[in-house]
Amino acid sequence: MKLPRFVIPTLVAVTFLGGWEWFVRVGHVNDVLVPAPSQILHWFWDSLLNGELLSATWVTMRRLIIGFAIGAALGVPLGALCARVRWIRDTLGVLALGLQTLPSVCWVPLALLWFGQEESALLFVVVMGTIWAVVIAVQESVLNVQPLYLRAAMTMGSKGWHLWLRVILPAALPGVLSGMKQGWAFAWRSLMAAEIFVVILTGFGLGSLLHAGRELLRMDQVMGVMTVVVLVGLLADLIFFAPLERWLRRSRGL
Amino acid sequence: MNPASYKTHPSAALTLRNVTKRFNGAAGCVTALDDITLDVKEGEFLVLVGPSGCGKSTLLSLLAGLDQVDEGAIRLGEEPVRSPGRDRLVMFQQDALFPWLNALENVMFGLRLKPDLTEAERLESARYYLSLVGLADKEKARPHELSGGMRQRVALARSLAPNPRVLLMDEPFSALDALTRDQLYRDIQDIFTKRKKTIVLVTHNIREAVCLGDRVVLLSPNPGRVRQIFDINLPRPRRINDPELASLAAEVTDALSSHLSRSQEGLA
Repeated sequence: MKLPRFVIPTLVAVTFLGGWEWFVRVGHVNDVLVPAPSQILHWFWDSLLNGELLSATWVTMRRLIIGFAIGAALGVPLGALCARVRWIRDTLGVLALGLQTLPSVCWVPLALLWFGQEESALLFVVVMGTIWAVVIAVQESVLNVQPLYLRAAMTMGSKGWHLWLRVILPAALPGVLSGMKQGWAFAWRSLMAAEIFVVILTGFGLGSLLHAGRELLRMDQVMGVMTVVVLVGLLADLIFFAPLERWLRRSRGL
Repeated sequence: MNPASYKTHPSAALTLRNVTKRFNGAAGCVTALDDITLDVKEGEFLVLVGPSGCGKSTLLSLLAGLDQVDEGAIRLGEEPVRSPGRDRLVMFQQDALFPWLNALENVMFGLRLKPDLTEAERLESARYYLSLVGLADKEKARPHELSGGMRQRVALARSLAPNPRVLLMDEPFSALDALTRDQLYRDIQDIFTKRKKTIVLVTHNIREAVCLGDRVVLLSPNPGRVRQIFDINLPRPRRINDPELASLAAEVTDALSSHLSRSQEGLA
């Protein structure tokens, strides 16, 4: 007999969480240091009811989405420019490659000085996390577009903007998408680090909630926020990136 | 343009005068084409054959305007050829269909670049050419859902639909299996007689050249030169297995190999 696919993962999860709950309840570990799943769930329920969790998630998601959108919107044309013009590739392209390796939380001190403890400081950090990965991905995937497509399009009279919008960008799309995915991951990490690192007066995000948990010695809150962070990341992939990738693969037979 | 001057070369679609092309490679400067002079008549099916390295694909790139001559001149009618243009469309060795568009959209691509047509006219024309290559029922299919032969047919429809003055074909049959190829030979001849296009085909397959061409131009390598021109006066449609065609192909092959062995003696 063949079990449905969800049976084994469910059993594993139940066993793991049950074991954890039991381990804490019988007193093998201090429940201040390692809270039981039921305590985390309890915090989760309470903060959901008093609105704290939803408002923090909203603040964080808004920063992430706006910052990511700005980073991607700037990164795509800059990456295309890097691919098109050699001296820009030799300057901005190299700079992008370097800055991509810099964890963008390193921008936080500068951002605070430049923008103050406000939304714009965190947006800046998210943009810096997104933009370089997108620039590099767009540059590389544009440079790797099959010359045959360009030759075919040019003989049919395509040039300039038409060539870019109808041939080069569609041909580069799979690479651009994976660059955006990487940019999203970088932005998410840097935003969390920044929110934990500094108090932003204009909004209390998930990172601040986690940091508050640490200061109050509420490890149920810390682990609860961590769970939410994981879920948000999973959902972004499930709702946004995975369907796009699936559509690309299916429509092009990749 | 003055219509009177247009009529001075009514029969020549493409004229090549002393065309020379050199490449700077690792081995120094290589002359790919040396002093090629050739006329392609309006409505003629001209085939360029020769061993690899004779510059036949380079010559096609020059005709397409994808590459520039170093010396000499190429004209389409009265106009010098310097850049790619819709009047000379190319069918490549690989189909070069865009994977993000379906068959119909691929054929529409070139038509959408013609500003003087309405969208309805474009659609009608695209459907007409898809049915001409026998793929009327595949218009929604993506390239990856089509076989190699079908993809080349879509590519053929895409090159024909904008109604170019000249169709340039760069070994478009070489990657196909023998059965598909034979079918495409029939289709191309059918379309050629129906539409009376000027076609320049590049191939290394001599049997294919004799089967399709009104004239077969034999090029020799190092440097690429016109070696000999054969007039093929067989009635159409021609079958690739026709004995008369086979004996003509043998004649061309002999001319090619005698020249190759002579040039090797020269080297020794």
